[in-house]
Amino acid sequence: MALTKWDPERSRKRRWFYVRGARTRRLLAGGAALAALAASPPVLAQEVRYPQTLLKPAGDQARALYEAMAWDIEFITFVFFIVSLITAFILIRFKHRDGEDGLPPQATGNLRWELGAWLVLIVGLIVMALHPLKAETVFASMPKGDDAIDVQVIGHQWWWEIRYPKLGIVTANELHIPTGTPVRIATTSVDVIHSFEIPRLGGKNDSLPGRWTKFWIEADEPGIYQGQCFELCGASHARMLARVIAHTPADFEAWVRARQNPQSQPESDLARAGEQTFKATCALCHTIDGTAAKGTIGPNLTAFGTRTSIGGGVLANTPENLAKWLADPAAIKPGSKMPNYNLSKEQIDGLVAYLMGLK
Amino acid sequence: MAVAAEKLDLPVRQTRADSGLLGLISTVDHKKIGLLYLFTGILFLVVGGIEALLIRLQLARPLNTVITGETYNQVLTQHGTVMIFFAATPIIWGLFNYVMPIMIGARDVAFPRLNMMSYWCLLWGGVIVNAAWFLGGAVDAGWFAYVPLSSAQFSPGEGMNAYLVGVQLGMLSTMLTSINFVVTILKMRAPGMGLMNMPPLAWFTLMTSILAITAGIPFMVAMLFLMMDRWFGTSFFAPGGGGDVLLWQHLFWIFGHPEVYILLLPALACVSEVLSAFAGKPLFGYKSMVAAISTIGILSWIVWMHHMYTVGAGSPTNTAFVIGTKAVSVPAAIFVFIWLGTLWGGRLRYTLPVHYAVAMMFEFYIGGLTGLVNASSSVDRQFQDNMWIVGHFHFVAIGGIVFGLLAGLTYWWPKMTGFMLNEAIGKPGFWVLFLGFNLTFAPQLVEGLLGMPRRVYTYLPEQGWAGLNAVSSIGAFMQAVGIVILVIALLESVLSRRRATADAWGVGRSLEWSIPSPAPAYNFARLPLVRGHEALWHEKMHGDGKMQPVPDEEDHGRHGNAVHMPSPSFMPAVVGLGLLVAGFGGVLPNVTLAIAGGVVVALGILGWALEDARGYYLVVKEEEA
Repeated sequence: MALTKWDPERSRKRRWFYVRGARTRRLLAGGAALAALAASPPVLAQEVRYPQTLLKPAGDQARALYEAMAWDIEFITFVFFIVSLITAFILIRFKHRDGEDGLPPQATGNLRWELGAWLVLIVGLIVMALHPLKAETVFASMPKGDDAIDVQVIGHQWWWEIRYPKLGIVTANELHIPTGTPVRIATTSVDVIHSFEIPRLGGKNDSLPGRWTKFWIEADEPGIYQGQCFELCGASHARMLARVIAHTPADFEAWVRARQNPQSQPESDLARAGEQTFKATCALCHTIDGTAAKGTIGPNLTAFGTRTSIGGGVLANTPENLAKWLADPAAIKPGSKMPNYNLSKEQIDGLVAYLMGLK
Repeated sequence: MAVAAEKLDLPVRQTRADSGLLGLISTVDHKKIGLLYLFTGILFLVVGGIEALLIRLQLARPLNTVITGETYNQVLTQHGTVMIFFAATPIIWGLFNYVMPIMIGARDVAFPRLNMMSYWCLLWGGVIVNAAWFLGGAVDAGWFAYVPLSSAQFSPGEGMNAYLVGVQLGMLSTMLTSINFVVTILKMRAPGMGLMNMPPLAWFTLMTSILAITAGIPFMVAMLFLMMDRWFGTSFFAPGGGGDVLLWQHLFWIFGHPEVYILLLPALACVSEVLSAFAGKPLFGYKSMVAAISTIGILSWIVWMHHMYTVGAGSPTNTAFVIGTKAVSVPAAIFVFIWLGTLWGGRLRYTLPVHYAVAMMFEFYIGGLTGLVNASSSVDRQFQDNMWIVGHFHFVAIGGIVFGLLAGLTYWWPKMTGFMLNEAIGKPGFWVLFLGFNLTFAPQLVEGLLGMPRRVYTYLPEQGWAGLNAVSSIGAFMQAVGIVILVIALLESVLSRRRATADAWGVGRSLEWSIPSPAPAYNFARLPLVRGHEALWHEKMHGDGKMQPVPDEEDHGRHGNAVHMPSPSFMPAVVGLGLLVAGFGGVLPNVTLAIAGGVVVALGILGWALEDARGYYLVVKEEEA
């Protein structure tokens, strides 16, 4: 080798080239990584604690997506470990060691190996690209037939309007469905873009102003399934929750009948006082079927007393929470269009009695 | 000898004409401009980092009240906008600006004054975007600025105007810089250096620049449309007026996804250079690298709708983009083979740059592989706008892009400043950053699997994401400590003044290591003659370790004992100032200010055209002659 002026010895002598205490640092890093790994299985095992988990699908559509996802994640985990092991081996095997002088072989490439790499990757790509297409067809094939339920989900800042066009029911934030029946959802928005998803029941679609997008969900078992808005939609994006309440088909029939004949007459003096307050302030924006209240800015409040949650799903529907909400909506939902009317304690008590009495 | 300087009637100077503080404004030297970019980028990185810490503070506990929902959305939007357009981008242009022209044996870029104007556009763009905090509130519609949330109706404030004006200036800067680099690479390589002999980084610069020019246009047009919607009441994006909200998403992502590669390719470039240098081997598979870069440049155009799987486009459309997206992972993954082939049989020295490069490899594996999962349109129905995505793209953005760029920054630091880094400070900083990074973003992948949406300012205790978010927040503060240690290491190297030699690491293979550190004003006292695939390495192997100069009659920039230098100019600064004033005119909006700024821009351009910019002769230092 014609090394006249350049001298590898010179660089080797620079002390700062060398990693001091490398083993200690490797042990520390390895320990931390192991601790992180050890901490994750219990997290994943207790899925029931996570109402929006993707790991416990509860319907056909969600299951198809879950199976594609699980296969993908297993595949990449496998690839990651193989590639990491090879990388780690090369990094350790070919590290510079004291006393190793001379030049490493100056290979600039190897046509056979390079073409092989391209080929392996292209085959891997085809496998990876084809596999999840099955789930795409499941998601995209809308169930046909009359036994499916049709629902419209309309995004508002920051709540969901839910309409059953064939059943003549309008409600908000809580979507009641029968189990074992596909639910066709058409979604749009009246203001900005929202995105509706109940993760355990299936994937999401965006709610776009000026457009309708369609998808479907289905639940196997009765229960409450949590979801929320997934597209940044303003100050209270985080407070725009939604839930699906799945009933057995018989219970769903009962719910539909009850909702079609709502009980909207106040039964106590307190509630009657509340009705008066409602007419004077709330009715501008809210509708209650069977009364003169026909506002459309805010959610339809028919059968409010049967709701499980309020404020776009962020609070349980209890008299205390409702009073808190009426006293200052913006404290619970920043930017909420619902004004603070500075209602007195008596007015709030009346409203609570009236609203909770709506069945 | 060559033509005498006097004959051309240009001044001959003993010292450079752009020294001192005023010189920082009037300079057209690609190296000074590169350092300005780097300094600006690191400054905005700190701003965006503080915003990230605020996000993590707010999310550390459920129902936390550190900041409100409105402020959270502002911080979130500014974090994304600042990091992408005003931190990552200037750090990349800074590195490229300093290193690339020297690597290809040029004395400057093709258009030195345009280069400086690009810098002013970027600086003032960043200033305008951040000034919105003090002008009625920063933008809060997300860095992707989806209409109608970003429309005049839902974001009436100055913040969105500031986003449009500031980012538009940032994009203008990127476009001008890219044009400059493409011309420089195609026209100004040293004698003997063919395209297939260029150092890898030059290839990456070329494709990054081509992508930036072409992909930038749709986005700039989209922003122009939105400006018109906001200022003049047109309805490109308003459904009520016959417009379409999806038009913005298409235009934005036609830019937005190539943008990922615009940021990633430079990081791949740095890692390729660093691994090759410290393994003591040429980059393995140079032709594969060129093929992979070019393939990325083409395929990144057919992936944009993977950001839009949930807009209801239908299965055939989605499937086409699934295939495009997975296809682009092939050339990206080729780099894994290239790096492993480079390391194979080498003698890798674990210096600080190598630490960052090796960390980048592993994080890039995770970032890329997790991306393959959400590239499936079906699976993405669950992951879209979910924390999995946040985890995934931060593994690419920090683990891939930032670590890669830090490998490059620490590698070329001695060249750019002339001082060696103290690795005893740098390496602990690396480990803190590395561990903090993984602690922050690995839990976010799990949060995604547990159904947590992104961009939420709070969550309920019963949703079950509290523990993971707390860990993530601790990790974020560790990263901050790591960055502080890195900045300390950089400052320490300048203060303690350990002089770097020309071949500072002793492992240099390309031209930048053949000239003193820091590079002299004229880069090369005599233009080097490139005689091999790796210019300097060839001379180390087959010559005396020094570059051979080209004959004087071939060296058109050299006259006698002097080198022809471009004239410093204040005109880029004048144009930049005009753009700043006009920009604020658009933000407020204030017509008078906008017109005044426009007039200054026009005057600057006029002065630019008329000034004497024939340059001067700088006498070469004796020891470099």
